[in-house]
Amino acid sequence: MRNYMYILVMAVTTYLIRVIPLTLFRKEITNRTFRSFLTYVPYVTLAVMTFPAILEITEETWIAWVGFVAAMILAYNRVSLFVVSLGCCALVFALQLL
Amino acid sequence: MHRQTYFRGMQEGIPVALGYFVVSMTIGIAARGAHLTPAQATVMSLTNLTSAGQFASFAVIAAGAPYLEMLVSQAVINLRYCLMSCALSQKVDPKMPFYHRLIMAFGITDEIFGLSISQKGKLDPWYTYGCMSVAIPGWTLGTLLGILSTGILPASLLNAMNMALYGMFIAIFMPAARENKILLPIIFLSMAASAVFHLLPVFDFISSGMKIIILTLAISLAAAVLFPVAEEAGDTEPDGGQGPEERGKGRS
Repeated sequence: MRNYMYILVMAVTTYLIRVIPLTLFRKEITNRTFRSFLTYVPYVTLAVMTFPAILEITEETWIAWVGFVAAMILAYNRVSLFVVSLGCCALVFALQLL
Repeated sequence: MHRQTYFRGMQEGIPVALGYFVVSMTIGIAARGAHLTPAQATVMSLTNLTSAGQFASFAVIAAGAPYLEMLVSQAVINLRYCLMSCALSQKVDPKMPFYHRLIMAFGITDEIFGLSISQKGKLDPWYTYGCMSVAIPGWTLGTLLGILSTGILPASLLNAMNMALYGMFIAIFMPAARENKILLPIIFLSMAASAVFHLLPVFDFISSGMKIIILTLAISLAAAVLFPVAEEAGDTEPDGGQGPEERGKGRS
């Protein structure tokens, strides 16, 4: 029972964090710096989360490096999300079998 | 129209669901370490949908810590969702019915947010719902499978599926970097800064969730001050087209 209380506390806290800004800012924010900040946030966050964590997913670091560089090049050349994602996945799987 | 958008969301959410399935299997395995039952672990994944937060929760539960500690640790670790929620609030149509905001909020994760924010123009909530309706089952079922059984899939396959998740991140930010030239150096700077935080033992006292928050806030703020984004051309054009004549008519 105590475990379910923990889960409830977690779920409520996490939902509030997610819902408050989305419901609070109902109008468009006009401040240019704040708008720019919000534009940059997603890209910076994703870049920070990807690197260097991506290098730790395989036992041998070079395989992860190959997957990382391949994904970067494919994505920069506007290959679709699905192909980039599954392509580097297949590449890393194949390299591990060597 | 909504139906099409919904299905596109589902389709583009498949890599997310796949990645979630793998990551949440490791969550399920970790949940067993904290003596959760399979039902509890599954309910937790279904109601929380947060990898870092759930991983952190197991230590709190195993220690039998006070509920307040759970609240504070979840709030800090998941603070980045707050930033994402701010960004999403500007991405939806201000006239969209309110209840959509309540439902969309539940689905704010790194990946679903990333997909949603990269949509052209205003975000249709049905796109996000499409992503959610494949990602949430993936996350929940993976957790269940993880706690019920360990060692079904070989490590090499799990590693590769993890790669799919990061590949998806990259496929979100790199095409944007091609369109906006200032983004490319910002992305490389973010990665370099992240590597420095990761490698230097001086920063070991900061949790990985906090590192993401600190770096995101610092770099995005600096970029916003130094390189403010130009206002969209669409914002000024209709205004200029109307002219003083139209406004004069309105007054008389």
